[in-house]
Order: sequence, then structure tokens, then C-alpha cells
Amino acid sequence: MRKLLNTVVALALTVTAGTHSTAASFPGDDPSTRSGSSRAESRDDKAITHVLNRIGFGPRPGDVANVREVGLQRYIEQQLQPERIPDPGISARLAGLTTVGLSSRQIAEQFEIPQLQQRQQRRQQAAAAGNQNENQPPPPPTPEMQQRANQVVVELSEQKLLRAIYSERQLQEVLTDFWFNHFNVDARKGRDRFMLTEYEREAIRPHVLGKFRDLLEATAKSPAMLFYLDNWQSADPNGPHADPRQNGRPRVGRGALGGRAIFPRPPAVQNQQARRAPRGLNENYGRELMELHTLGVDGGYTQKDVTEVARAFTGWTIDNPRQGAAYRFEPRIHDDREKTVLGHRIKAGGGQGDGEQVLDILVRHPATAHFIATKLVRRFVSDTPPASLVDRAAARFRDTDGDLRDVMRTILTSAEFLSPDAFRAKVKTPFEFIVSAMRATAADVQDAMPLVRAMQQLGMPLYGCQPPTGYKDTADAWVNTGALVNRMNIALSLAGSQLRGVLVPSLQPPASGDSLIASFLNGDASESTRATVARATTVPQMAALTLGSPEFQRR
Amino acid sequence: MTSRRVFLKDGAFALVTLGFAPSFLTRTAFAEGRSARSKQLIAIFQRGAVDGLSVVVPFGEADYYRARPSIAIARPGSGENNAAIDLDGFFGFNPRMQPLKPFWDARELAIVHACGSPDSTRSHFDAQDYMETATPGVKSTADGWLNRYLQTRRAESATPFRAVALTGQVPRMLQGPSPALALSQIGQFGIRAGQATESVNASFEALYASAADRVLNGTGREAFDAIKMLKTADPLKYQPEHGADYPRSPFGQALKQIAQLIKANVGIEVAFADIGGWDTHINQGAAQGQLAGRLDDFSRSIVALVTDLDERMADTVVLTMSEFGRAVGENGNRGTDHGHGNAMMVLGGGVHGGRVYGKWPGLSPEHRWEGRDLAVTTDFRDVFGEIVVRHLGVTDARPIFPGYAVSPSKFPGLFA
Repeated sequence: MRKLLNTVVALALTVTAGTHSTAASFPGDDPSTRSGSSRAESRDDKAITHVLNRIGFGPRPGDVANVREVGLQRYIEQQLQPERIPDPGISARLAGLTTVGLSSRQIAEQFEIPQLQQRQQRRQQAAAAGNQNENQPPPPPTPEMQQRANQVVVELSEQKLLRAIYSERQLQEVLTDFWFNHFNVDARKGRDRFMLTEYEREAIRPHVLGKFRDLLEATAKSPAMLFYLDNWQSADPNGPHADPRQNGRPRVGRGALGGRAIFPRPPAVQNQQARRAPRGLNENYGRELMELHTLGVDGGYTQKDVTEVARAFTGWTIDNPRQGAAYRFEPRIHDDREKTVLGHRIKAGGGQGDGEQVLDILVRHPATAHFIATKLVRRFVSDTPPASLVDRAAARFRDTDGDLRDVMRTILTSAEFLSPDAFRAKVKTPFEFIVSAMRATAADVQDAMPLVRAMQQLGMPLYGCQPPTGYKDTADAWVNTGALVNRMNIALSLAGSQLRGVLVPSLQPPASGDSLIASFLNGDASESTRATVARATTVPQMAALTLGSPEFQRR
Repeated sequence: MTSRRVFLKDGAFALVTLGFAPSFLTRTAFAEGRSARSKQLIAIFQRGAVDGLSVVVPFGEADYYRARPSIAIARPGSGENNAAIDLDGFFGFNPRMQPLKPFWDARELAIVHACGSPDSTRSHFDAQDYMETATPGVKSTADGWLNRYLQTRRAESATPFRAVALTGQVPRMLQGPSPALALSQIGQFGIRAGQATESVNASFEALYASAADRVLNGTGREAFDAIKMLKTADPLKYQPEHGADYPRSPFGQALKQIAQLIKANVGIEVAFADIGGWDTHINQGAAQGQLAGRLDDFSRSIVALVTDLDERMADTVVLTMSEFGRAVGENGNRGTDHGHGNAMMVLGGGVHGGRVYGKWPGLSPEHRWEGRDLAVTTDFRDVFGEIVVRHLGVTDARPIFPGYAVSPSKFPGLFA
């Protein structure tokens, strides 16, 4: 293995040497290539900085030296096996977040159900008062109610930030962010806010370096996704059918959300919600599954395929939506007739297996390998993904049945990834900006709430991306006037110790402009940045200018 | 040539007042073929689904009164301040919409009723998304329709203020590749470093001005131009004209700042504001009460804006929308639940107002959509499409409305 990696790196050197004589070229981890000279060391460090910026959220003080010690390629290989990386500090950092380990059922019991009861009570009180005075507006939720309703997502957001800042398993955090975004669910859609904790922890995180097929099925069966893309309500328009497992007629009542649920609800929960048309097929999930999760928009499927896929997934629904929301297959709303998906026949009578067959078909489709490879290369290498690398990563995906660790290894050991063309080729997203600033300054984040708010100011509210496309991963989405000014202000607040609960003791004398540029930018700054930072009169201002500089906006 | 001279005169005036010449204004001034004042659109989103049947009341329908025993707006003439204001013998304004009546009478305000989405969702979340992307039923559309409008226009004369939302975040409607600026308070946009603000601002400006990074350099320069511009546009000192009286509500103040920016000639093409509080499931009220209170703010704010902009309204259209309407029948809490069709308002230069557009489907149970809601007879994209083509002057609107055949034959005729 070592030999192979060195060969790849040597190739990287050959490919890049001709065109970029002044740019860095990246050595391997063979100690013999490390001359004692400081020039070679600074070249090494540039490569290390690059890698730390891509497979992680940027270097902390000391990280570059550590990786130099370990060896760059060995560091990459370690990151590809996060389960073997000790991460002792993280549990202490997450200790105050009481909900991040809870199941959706526990969250429902502690947060959602009490909230519903409280709201119901207030509505009844308001309606009763309305008999006396019909102009009385309904009582707004109390601040406590609102705070409690938001607590789950706030803690989840704090968790995401803290892991990204402090976890030693940096690649796992980058990939959890990437795959959550790929399978995006917006917390602001109804009760999804109570489901995302379990969704990220159990459907996304365990699979980010596993098989894509497992990841896909975990999301397909997650209540969060079933609710977000409406599949839980998608039903055979000719149903409901008699349950083959039971005798007797199906019982159809109205669900708590206004859709019809299979089991009637007590009358108190039934009333006052919108009455829906008879249920039928909902194509949302079927469409997004192909367009966003697997084949890509140009993946060669038709509207007919969308309908057929939607039919296959009828019956994939949520059991007891308001009591913890577990996945359940409901045969009585499943369309059990034959389907044809992308030319493959799915025989009648397959039940839940219909959807699983669809997932198989999609994962094996070459368009999926290409689409996933393109997105990963865009994230790790460049906004304009080199076709050569996309092809190799896609081939690896096909050859390994979608083994994401193998695909990642192909990308991270490629000449393209290590090419000087890729150096600072990506503009940081707001999340990458915030987290990398925390890491660069060795901030002690005792309360991540100011960072959660900063993410909103920067237009990237965590778990709050409305469309299922997720946030964009290219510069054009994040380079705009308002956002840039916000980044400068956040840099000023951080450096000026104005983010409550975020301590930055390192930003004091004897730090100087040069030492900050050395530390935050690996010493790689333009003359004008150097001169401007040097002219600032205080260390916090120097730090703010460095973090707000054009160089720090890139990775 | 004439138009350019007019612009330079206006522009020079603005520059003298502001005491500086931002680079984008210079670019704007010399942009080839740019007319003095381009057409503007002010889009207003009523988030939460306003009850259109209480705003533009079909008082000619007996079924309206049958369906709403406690919250209907009375027929005109039946009670001094609490009756509907007759518009055309069949429809009437909610009495709290009175401030807008003069614009109706002057034929500057048009209404499109029974307007909405072909998609059946009753989710606020999804329906707002569909209206803002103008792709009903398709959730993965990357950009908003107003952003796609901006993409169709040449951008070299664009300023950082080309698309401005007076909101905390860029709304979905304006999201996309074309830059849009979200500001909740124009006076607070800028570098904040306490006493050191000026020097820090200068340092950041220097960092970006000299950056070799072309992407960030350009954006940085525009950011500092915008900061300078807004520093002089002190909202506290702003004096509305022509007797415009903005409510002190967040919505009123948002519209006031839009007027301020438009009058500063900073290159606004599209402005956006939103107003919430329309989700009246309980105790909606009628001519008084919860909904009436919102309408009071809504109508007085818009009237202040239009009054303030005065002759600039010749180039401006104000468009109001809401994600869907509310059920025809009132519910058990003297409120209304989520429905379907709704009323939109279009106000401004070139609008053939004083008319309710759209085919009225009727409110009798057999004419209702899914047996309960006002049916949709005008696709909202036909309203957007007509504004884009006939007001904003786009020749090919197809890229703005993917998956929809935009056609003048389907336009309501607002500008015909």
C-alpha cells in the first residue's frame, strides 16, 4: 500500500511540475524526501495545510507540525479509518447537550408531545375566551414554549459545530456534513425538527465511509426523509387494500396531520385539521431520489420512471408520527402491481421489496457513480471537477459496489487532489469559515450558541436549508456583498472577544501580524495583506483582518 | 443619448448629495444603452396564507355568507365602518383596505382573484417554496424566479443594490447565481468595530482592493461601495415626501427603506419585503380583529410607499402574494384553515387597474376545489409572467419559468 501511495504522489509531482514552477508540489511521506532545508519544509507545509483544509476544517496551531511528523499520506490513510482514531476530548465538549444522544421517540416524549398538549390547551382557552370577545387574537406561544421547541435543533447545531471544531476525526466530520447536505432535510418543515438528531446520528454518520447502498436505504427508511419529501403520505390511489396479513376491511381514519392514517385517532386529535382529498400517489420522493440522491438531473430517467418509482415506494410510511416516528411498511396503501423502472421489471407482489429493488437498480446505474463522484470531487478538489478524476472515482464506485471509503481514497490520493491547481481553489462556505476560524485561533468554545447565530447571519442556518438540493458547494453561492461584510464582522467579534462563551486567549500580545499570518495562513499571504495587517494597532484587529482577509476565505 | 444625459443629471445630483462617486455608479452611468431609470419591481410576500376572501370580498355570493356565519365581511352599505367597500358591484375591499381605494379609483391598482398554484399542497413550507421558485410541485429548483429574472438581464451595469431584500436572509425568490443583498436595517450595514470602525473599515477595504483574487476582489469592492452609500443614506434622517406616513411596524419601516434606496438612485431593479401574521386559524375576526389589524398595517404601509415614490411609480410595480388562500368555510374556532385560491394585487405604472382579473369560479360547494376551497383559475405564473414581459420588458421569459409555457395568451391582461 505504501508503495502505491508513493507512486501516486510521484505522479502528482510529474503532472504539475511543468506548468507551475513556482507553485508548491507535494512530497510523500517517505522521510528520505524530506530534506532538512527550510524550503523543502515550507513546501511540505503548504501541502499539509492544503490537505488539512480539505479533508478537515483547517489546521489548528501545531497541526501542521504533527502531520509533518506522521507523514502526509499516512495522515490521509488514518483519516479514512476514523473508527481507529482516538477522540478523547469530544465527549466532554458535548456533555452539556442533553438531546444529542436521544432517540426520536424520547425526543417526542420530552419535547413534541408536551408542546402539542400545551398548544391544544391554549387553543381551547383562546376559543373559550373568544365567546366573550371575538377580536381576541390567539395567544402567541410563550418564550419558554418557543425556546423549548427549538432546543433540539439548537443542540444538534451546537453538536455539529463542536465536532467540526474539536474532533480528531476530521474527515468523518467533513463527510457527515457532505452527506447530510446530499440527503438534505430541513428542520423547519413541521416536526422534522424533532427527527434530525436521530437522522444524522443513525442514518448518515455511520455510513459516510461505508457502502452507498446502506446510506441510501438508511435515508429512504428514515422518518425524517419520509416526512420531508412526503413519501409517508404517498399511497396507491386504488387503495386502501385489505391487509394480506389480516382478514377484514381496512380501517381508515384521519391522521393527526390531516392526512388519512391507517388507524383511526381519538376524536380529540382528529378535528380541526385540514381535510385532505383522498390520498394518492405523491411523487416528491421518487423524483428527488433520482434527481438529487442517485442519478442526477441528467441521469436519463423520465417522468414515467418518476411515477413508477413513486408507486414502488407506496407504503413506506411512518408509524405513530407523533410518538417517535419509526419507519413502517404498510401493505394496505402499497401499490402491489408490476412496475418498470429504468427498463427493469419489478414483478407484482413485491411489497416492501419493490422499493428495495429500486434502490438496487439506482445504485448500480452508471449515472449514479458519475453523479456521486462529481459531487465528491467538487467538494474535495475544485468547483470545476477534473473529468479525469471524476472518471476514476466513478469507476472505483462501480467496481466496489459503491464503497465510499475506496472512492474517497481514490480522490484523496490522486494527482488532481494534490495538484497546486487545487490549492486555495475553493471558497469556504460559511460553515467552513466559522469552524476554520475557531480552529486557527484555538478558540475555547464553551457556548456554541453565538456560532449558531453567526451561521444564520451568514445565510447558512444549520439544518435550515429549505430545498432538498442542500446548500451549494461552489463559490458563486457564497461570494456576495452582504455575506462578505458579515464575515468581516464575525472576525471582528471573535478577535475582539465579543462572542460570549467563545474564548480566544491566543489573540493577545506577543502575537504580531507576522505570527498571526504564519499561524492562520501558513505564512502564505500577499504583500498587501501583510502590510495592511501590520499597520493595525492592536492584536485583535490584526487577527480580525487576517481572518477577514481574502486569503482566509479560501481553502 | 438623451436618456443617458438624464441619468447623468440625476446621478450627478445623487453624487453631490452623497459626496462620493462609487465605482459601480460610474459603471452604471457609462453602461451602453442603459436607460435613465430602469423598470422596478417591488415584491411583497404575505407569509402564512392570507384569507383572500376577507381582503377582496365576494359580497355578491350568498354562499360566502352561508359559509362564514361569524367572520364574513358585511355587504356594502350595511354598516358604516364595518361593511365591505364596493369595488365593482360584486367584490369589495375589506374596510381596513380603505387607504388603497383611491388607487383603485385611479385605475392604478388591479386585483387577480382565484389565483394560485396548480399544486395541491396545503403546507406553508412547500407552497411558499413553489411560489418563490415558480416551479409548483418541484422542490429541487435551485434558484428563485426573481433571481432567474436578474440572470436574464445584462449584468455589467449592475450595482450591489440591484436586488435588495429588507429581510434577515435572502428570500428564496431572490436566491441564485445573481447577487442579491439582504438587509434588515440599511443603517446597520457595514463594518462594526466600535471606535475603530473607520480605520478597520479602511483596512478591510485595502485588503480587498489590492487582492489578486478576482472573485473576492470584485465582491469586496462592491461591498465597500455599498457601505459608503448606505452610510450617507441615514435612515433616521430620511424624510418621506408627499405626505407619506409609514406605520412604525417592521413592514412599514421595510417599505420606507425601500423607498429611500430607490430615491437614492443606487440601481435597484428588484426589492423584496415580507409581512407575517396571516395564519388565522383561530378568532380571525371580520372588519375588526386579528386579520383586520394586519390589513391595516399592510394597506397603510403600501400606500405610504406609493405616495412617497410618487412619479417614480410610473416605472415601478408593486406585487403582493401569499402562498395559498384559506378554506371557504370558517372552522370551529371562528378562524379559517388552509385553502387554495387567493387574491393578488398589482399596483403601479402601466397597470390597467380598477378591475378584478381572473375567472371567478364561484363559492357554491360544487364549484369549490376539493369541495372546500376557492378554486384556482389563474396560475400565479401567468401574473408573474405578464409582469416580467410587459412591465420589466423581458422578451423571452421561458428561462424564468422552467417547465411552464409562458404565453401572452394566458396573461390576465394587466398591462394590455
